[in-house]
Amino acid sequence: MRENLHRFFRAARGAGVHVSPAESIDAMRAVAQVGLSDRAILRDALLLTLAKSQDEKLALGDCFDLFFSQPEPRQDQPEADNDDTSPDADQSPPSGAPGDAGEGQPSQGLGPLAQMLLSQDRNAIAAAIASASGAASLSDIRYSTQRGIFSSRILDAMGLQRLRDDLDELTATNPALAERLRAALDGLREAVRDTVSQGLALYAREEAENLRNEILRNAPLARIERRQVAEMRALIRQIARRLRERYSKPRKRQRRGHLDVRRTLRRNAAWGGIPFLTAWKRKHRDRPKIVALCDVSGSVAQVSDFFLLLIHSLHEVVDDVRSFAFSSHLIEVSEILESKSPEEAMSEIMSKVGFGSSDYGSSLVDFEKEFMSTLTPRTTVIVLGDARSNNLDPRADILRRISERSKRLVWLNPEGRLAWGFGDSEMPRYATFCSVVRQCATAQQLERAVSDIVATYQ
Amino acid sequence: MADQKASTSIEAVESGLAAQGYIASRQIATAVYLSQQIEKPILVEGPAGVGKTELAKAIAAWRGMKMIRLQCYEGLDEAKALYEWKYAKQLLYTQILKDKLGEVLGGAQTLHAALDQLHDFGDVFFSKEFVEPRPLLQALEQPGGCVLLIDEIDKSDAEFESLLLEILSDFQVTIPELGTVSAITPPTVILTSNSERDLGDALKRRCLHLHIGFPEQRLEERIVESRVPGISQALRRQMVGFIHEIRSLDLKKLPSVSETIDWARVLVLLQASELDSEIVKDTLNVLLKYEADIEAATPQVTTFIAKAARSNVFG
Ligand SMILES: Nc1ncnc2c1ncn2[C@@H]1O[C@H](COP(=O)(O)OP(=O)(O)OP(=O)(O)O)[C@@H](O)[C@H]1O
Ligand SMILES: [Mg+2]
Repeated sequence: MRENLHRFFRAARGAGVHVSPAESIDAMRAVAQVGLSDRAILRDALLLTLAKSQDEKLALGDCFDLFFSQPEPRQDQPEADNDDTSPDADQSPPSGAPGDAGEGQPSQGLGPLAQMLLSQDRNAIAAAIASASGAASLSDIRYSTQRGIFSSRILDAMGLQRLRDDLDELTATNPALAERLRAALDGLREAVRDTVSQGLALYAREEAENLRNEILRNAPLARIERRQVAEMRALIRQIARRLRERYSKPRKRQRRGHLDVRRTLRRNAAWGGIPFLTAWKRKHRDRPKIVALCDVSGSVAQVSDFFLLLIHSLHEVVDDVRSFAFSSHLIEVSEILESKSPEEAMSEIMSKVGFGSSDYGSSLVDFEKEFMSTLTPRTTVIVLGDARSNNLDPRADILRRISERSKRLVWLNPEGRLAWGFGDSEMPRYATFCSVVRQCATAQQLERAVSDIVATYQ
Repeated sequence: MADQKASTSIEAVESGLAAQGYIASRQIATAVYLSQQIEKPILVEGPAGVGKTELAKAIAAWRGMKMIRLQCYEGLDEAKALYEWKYAKQLLYTQILKDKLGEVLGGAQTLHAALDQLHDFGDVFFSKEFVEPRPLLQALEQPGGCVLLIDEIDKSDAEFESLLLEILSDFQVTIPELGTVSAITPPTVILTSNSERDLGDALKRRCLHLHIGFPEQRLEERIVESRVPGISQALRRQMVGFIHEIRSLDLKKLPSVSETIDWARVLVLLQASELDSEIVKDTLNVLLKYEADIEAATPQVTTFIAKAARSNVFG
């Protein structure tokens, strides 16, 4: 049974339910309590321990129904009390001869598979398919292209070779019976194909999803196709969740509510030491304040879009975010981002400052004029852009002043290092004032960059 | 057989809760049973008024345990949830200390040295003596165990969750000044949430996740039967059937179990023997809280009464 549960966890992951080792242990403990005989209770117990939201419950419920609509991979002995000790190897199909079903005893001397097919014992056939699926490790199936391989593995495990021999022989000795057997074999192939498809639905989704996410994480953000934008946004939200999880973990709780004896006495010296004014030790925690300046011209816009989405979903780990967007001039966009959906916010921002040809110099002038005072020694400033300023004055002096006023200045450039400094790229000049410059072209690089920024405050 | 025992035990939970007036679905009963067996808290999510809070009360009453409730709200912090230092008492002691100051500081040469010495006394002030336990700590200190209800956790700040993690997984808390306090008897912990915000995965991982939705018709009838015994079976069926029809509408706020119960009470007060459109229209404001919802439902009343009556025949 343990084997079976593990296959179910796998299927659950395939259905999009996150099953961690801890949860699978809980689930196994729960199953040990409620047993297996009552499917409804078993279902409840698994849903209670594995699903963490109503959505997951629905997905998991469907998965349970699909999973348990498959016959058990092994022929169950009338389920002994102890779940763990079911015999492991049962490679061969059920051995019991199907009795004397069929006409006379024409099946004498035939292999077990042929006998089973001729007897048309559907339960036995289903059980044999399930058992052979186990032997062929159907739960390892990952891609739809593997259907053929798994089908033939299962058929082999069921004894196809012997059946072929039987068929050859019968064709000579008893053509009518051979015909029947051939038809039955066709039926069997079909049933096996169905089983494999079902297995694919159960087990392959996880892998497909992982692969998809992996590709997406490494795809250049600037060149994401329109129809993948939504998927990418979902991925970015997932990244945000992960960062929140990681960085809003309990910092070790401080001693708190402390009466500061020293300061209390000092403060009250004037009253002869009677504690009239009290002094408490205060706790404070350091969390980043972030000021983000995002180039939204041309191809950088898309990267800025995802970056802003990420930064603004970090409420729990960031104290305060102010965002600015620029191409030829600069405006603050924090309001828009906080009050609108990402789609609406981006289109509004683009209509206000997007699509211009970028002018880093005058955008920095705009920032200095109006917003320089928002920077404090606790601020991390993040600039996201390719530093391509159409050969206009880059005003690196302003960037220097920004860096002097803040705690850190991080530059994220969607272009690769090789391109920095070529053409109209001012990156090298700006870089001298940055605490760090890093390439940021994919979701994965974005995650690492932001993660590092937050981590420096821990 | 283990299985046999489990389903009997789950039934025992059902009837135990029923004896307290709480009618649990099998799923709810399974959650309660499992949380006991594998010692995990239950996180109950679901719309308002489906009996999340009541579940904790019923468990406590059934087991004859005390229920300790922590009501969450924005800004709830350790001092209100876990423990607080008894400042007044601490201050009083500094006063006494002041009187003894000469004695204590006898050996100190400079003011600085005296202050340092005094500082060491800080530890005295932060001993068990001066701790005021709040619900979470109280729950750990109940010798016979208790039901700890952490109500509406979604109303607290996300940061507050991290405070709960240790309690939820190990039934203990660490007080920096005192060390670790472990539960004498692990409490049965129920957390409720209306899903106003997403709870963290760390918290969810530590709990069994129970979703209570609107109950099925038969179950809701039994709930009404339990809470409003004065109502006739026929009327009960009709009214619950009617409410199930109403729930198929797209309304701002669907009537919940608590509204069903309120409505049943009103119908009994009005001595109604069956539903008719007049009495329904007169009392619709018990079920629906928004003017717009009442307007949307009113034209459907006659149809719904008819449908409810029909489902009764086959029910
Ligand atoms: N299964 C049930 N059996 C008996 N009474 C119930 C049941 N479900 C709900 N009730 C009744 O419904 C009312 C509302 O329940 P309760 O206050 O527990 O809801 P809640 O889910 O906690 O709502 P909220 O989210 O608003 O706090 C209570 O009076 C309770 O007695
Ligand atoms: Mg409640």
